Amino acid sequence: MELVCPAGNLPSLKAAVDNGANAVYMGFKDDTNARHFAGLNFDDRRAAEGIRYAHDRGTKVFVAINTFPQPSGWTRWQHAVDHAAEMGVDALILADIGVMDYASHRWPDLRLHLSVQGSATSAEAINFYYQNFGIQRVVLPRVLSLKQVKQVAQDSPVPVEVFGFGSLCVMVEGRCILSSYVTGRSPNTFGACSPANAVSWNETPDGLETRLNNILIDKHAEGESAGYPTLCKGRFNVSGNTYYAIEEPTSLNTLELLPELQSVGVAAIKIEGRQRSPAYVAQVTKVWREAIDSCKANPERYRTKENWMAALEKVSEGSQTTLGAYHRSWQ
Amino acid sequence: MGLIIDPGSDAIPTKHMNKNKPQQADSLPKLSLGPLLYYWSREDVFKFYESIADTAVDIVYLGETVCSKRRLLRPDAWLQIAGMLKEAGKEVVLSTLTLLEANSELSALRRICDNDQYMVEANDMSAVQLMSGKRSFVTGPAVNIYNSRTLEVLARAGMKRWTLQVELSRETLCSLHQNRPLGVETELFVFGRLPLAYSARCFTARAHNLPKDDCQFRCLDNSDGLMLRTREDESFLVLNGIQTQSAKTQNLIKEINDFIELEIDVLRISPQSKNTEQIIDIFDRCLRGKSNSDEAEKLLQPYIMSGECDGYWHGEAGMNLADHDRPTDNDKPGSML
Repeated sequence: MELVCPAGNLPSLKAAVDNGANAVYMGFKDDTNARHFAGLNFDDRRAAEGIRYAHDRGTKVFVAINTFPQPSGWTRWQHAVDHAAEMGVDALILADIGVMDYASHRWPDLRLHLSVQGSATSAEAINFYYQNFGIQRVVLPRVLSLKQVKQVAQDSPVPVEVFGFGSLCVMVEGRCILSSYVTGRSPNTFGACSPANAVSWNETPDGLETRLNNILIDKHAEGESAGYPTLCKGRFNVSGNTYYAIEEPTSLNTLELLPELQSVGVAAIKIEGRQRSPAYVAQVTKVWREAIDSCKANPERYRTKENWMAALEKVSEGSQTTLGAYHRSWQ
Repeated sequence: MGLIIDPGSDAIPTKHMNKNKPQQADSLPKLSLGPLLYYWSREDVFKFYESIADTAVDIVYLGETVCSKRRLLRPDAWLQIAGMLKEAGKEVVLSTLTLLEANSELSALRRICDNDQYMVEANDMSAVQLMSGKRSFVTGPAVNIYNSRTLEVLARAGMKRWTLQVELSRETLCSLHQNRPLGVETELFVFGRLPLAYSARCFTARAHNLPKDDCQFRCLDNSDGLMLRTREDESFLVLNGIQTQSAKTQNLIKEINDFIELEIDVLRISPQSKNTEQIIDIFDRCLRGKSNSDEAEKLLQPYIMSGECDGYWHGEAGMNLADHDRPTDNDKPGSML
C-alpha cells in the first residue's frame, strides 16, 4: 500500500518526503484545485523545486487539478494540465470529464487518477473514466462502508485509493453545493468549501458566534472551543433539538482498519490536509509510515499503538476521530 | 426546439431584449416534472400522479432517486404509473438513484437502464456508463456538466438532454447551451427546493436518534422533508434522508421570457406535497402568454415553502433573492464577456 501525503507548500512537501511518503500531492496557486486557500499551493519555482526534492528521494509527485472549469475559465485548467505535464509530474488527479478528455488527448502518456471529487462510488462509474480516458487509479469518496470498498476494489478496472486520515467530508465529494448555496463559492467551482472571505466571528453576550455569509453556523459558550465554521459542522435546530445535525467537528482516522484495507486490495492510502501545517504533515506521515510498514510485515499481528493514536488525536479536528462511513453505525 | 445558434458566436444574449415580441408556440420550452424527492405512502404517490396526468406538464420523471430503502413502490408500481401517464400523453422518463453504494443498488440500476420502453435519466456516472454507446439518455442535475467539452463527451456517449447543475449561472448556461452538440436539448431546474448534497449518512434517522439500518422509514413523517433551522430560528436547510435540500424554494418564473428567448428546451418543476398542479398551471399559462411573469410571480407566492431564492441563476449565493430593480448585465459598462 502506497502512502500519499498532502503538500500545501514546500516545507510540507519536504516534511512528507522526509517522513516516508511514497507520493505527495499538490496544487497550483489558483482555483484549479480543491484547496484554493490564500497563502497555499505552489508557484512555478516552488513546484519545480518540490518535484526535484521529491524525485531525488524516490517520492512521486501528483498534481491535483480537481475542480470543475466553466467556459469562462476553461483555459486556466488547460494550462494547469499542460504545465504539470511539462514539469514531469508522475500523475494528475482530475475530476472533470472535460479536463480528463483534454489531458488524455494532449498527454496520452501521462498517468491520470480520478479525484475523489469525481464522485465515482461504483465500479461502473470508474469504468466510464477507464474506458474513455484510461485512468490508472481512482480515489474513492468517503461514503462507502468497508464492505462496499471491498466490492468496488474487487470489481474496479483500476486500483483504488482511499482516505485514511484527516478532515471528513460527510457528503459525497463533487456533488455537494452547500457552500455555494450560502456563499456563492463551492469546492467544484472555486476550490474551497465555506471560504474564509465569507466567515465572521462575533463576540456577543451569549458567547462567540461563527457565521458564514451571515448565516449563524454555531454559537460557543465561554470555555467551548470554537472551530472553523464549515457549514455542515455547525449546530442547528431540528424538531426542537439543537445539535450537530449533520456532522460533529471530527477527523477520519482509519488506522485500526489497515489490515482490512490491505486485504481488500486497496492500493494507496491518502492523507487529507494540504491546508494544514508542515508539523501536521510530518507527524501524520510518520505515524502512517510506521503503521503501514508494521501491517505489511505482519498483518495478523498488527495492532494500533497507543502513541500513534495519541499523536493523531492531537492533530485532529475537534481532537476527535471517527471511522466515518467505513463503519456502518456512523451512517 | 433544439435549434443551434451559430457555434462560433460567444456573445451572451442580452436579457429581455424582446420583451414584447409575441411568442411562437413552436419555440416554447416544454414543462417537466422532476422526480419525487420525498418519501410518501403508496396511496399518496398514486393520487399525486393521477392528478399530474391532468396537468399541462409534458415530461414526467419517475422513480426513487434519493434512498434505495424507500420501497413502498416496487419497480412494477412505478411502471404502472408510467403507463398511466403515457396514456395521458406524457413523455415518461425513468430516473436513477443519485448516490450508489451497495451492489444491490447497482443491480436495480441495471434493470432501469436496460428497460426498452422509456427514456432514462442518469443521476450518476454509473448510469451514464451502463447506457454509454448502447442507448440514448438524459442527465439530471447531479451529473456534473460544467463546460462544453464535458457536454461533447457525454453527447458522444448518447446523451440527448442535459440538466444544468443548479449551482451554475445564466452566464455559464448561455455559453453551454449555445455551443451544445447538435440534437442535444437543455433543461433547467426552475422551481422547487434545491437538491444540495448527498451523504452515506441518513440525517433523518440521525434526527430521530436511529441508526440508518433501522431508520423505521421516518422520512414518511415529513412529506416535504424535515426542517433544519439555525439557532436564530431561520429556516435554512431541509433534511430528506441522505439528501440535503435548501429550505427556500428556487423560483425562476421571473426569467421566463429570458428562457423563451434563449430557446431553452425544458423547464423543470420539482414535486412538493401540495399545490404542484397549481404551480404547473401557473408556469404553463405564463409560457403561453396568458399571464405575464409579474402576475405569475404573485400567483405562485402562496405555494412557496419557507421563502424563495434565485441567487444561483444570477451568479450569486444560491440562497439570495436577487433585487430585480438592479441594472441587468447589459446596463453595466464593461461587464460582458
